[in-house]
Amino acid sequence: MPELGKYAVAVLSAYAISLALLAVIIGMSVARYRRVKAALERVERGRNG
Amino acid sequence: MSIWEYANPKKFMDTTAPAVPWLFWGSVALLVVGLVWGFFLTPNAENFQSTVKIIYLHVPAALMAINAWFMMLVTSIIWLVRRHHVSALAAKAAAPIGLVMTVIALVTGAIWGQPMWGTWWAWDPRLTSFLILFLFYLGYLALWEAISDPDTAADLTSVLCIVGSVFAVLSRYAVNFWNQGLHQGASLSLDKEENVSDVYYIPLLVCMAAFVLLFVALVLMRTGTEIRLRRIRALEARAERGAAGA
Repeated sequence: MPELGKYAVAVLSAYAISLALLAVIIGMSVARYRRVKAALERVERGRNG
Repeated sequence: MSIWEYANPKKFMDTTAPAVPWLFWGSVALLVVGLVWGFFLTPNAENFQSTVKIIYLHVPAALMAINAWFMMLVTSIIWLVRRHHVSALAAKAAAPIGLVMTVIALVTGAIWGQPMWGTWWAWDPRLTSFLILFLFYLGYLALWEAISDPDTAADLTSVLCIVGSVFAVLSRYAVNFWNQGLHQGASLSLDKEENVSDVYYIPLLVCMAAFVLLFVALVLMRTGTEIRLRRIRALEARAERGAAGA
């Protein structure tokens, strides 16, 4: 662990918040992609079947 | 072969879908390398001390916050001029990512500003224009949700995007326009001026490349999602018309 001194809380919280926000947008994008892809497959199956 | 071929939704998805995993995992690999390098292997700065490590997230996020809006501007103009649905949907897909990048830039800036400037926030030209850019992102997304007809929503959000571009430009160049405020000048520039020491510069470039790749991967994935949603609505509308005619 690098020596962060008296600014450790500031540095670590900046990293934690940023990485959490990146994880949220990635997670939401992937979840929505999967949900919509499955929904389209359902609709197309219903149309063909 | 013309670039406009990719305005065809099927061609767009067939071409971009295989690239998304490569772009995404490439961005993750670059981000891990850049952050580990920057966080663990670079020394504290004399002036900023350990807070200099925030640069590896703050600068790439700010870069993408502004450039996401410029990408939306280009695709919005393409929609207004050529009426290609994929371009309008790409702009819509990019907005939440740009919003998150703006939030990261604002939050990390506030966290960095508190120990360095003695305040979380100041009505400095760059900070203020970034806050306005954040509000434009919110307004842009709200407008897409508020209008049920997708073509009308695309028209109005495109106009909003053009108006908001003024603040995207201000966010980038505010420190040059107004020689006042707390925020320093650009960390990186295309001229020979050296604003960041080489020790920090290379891992910073790696992190910026990671953010660019991540943005592209997410925009392509989200645009594919919007295209599929549009297809679902079209099929459902066709089915309803068929049921009404039977």
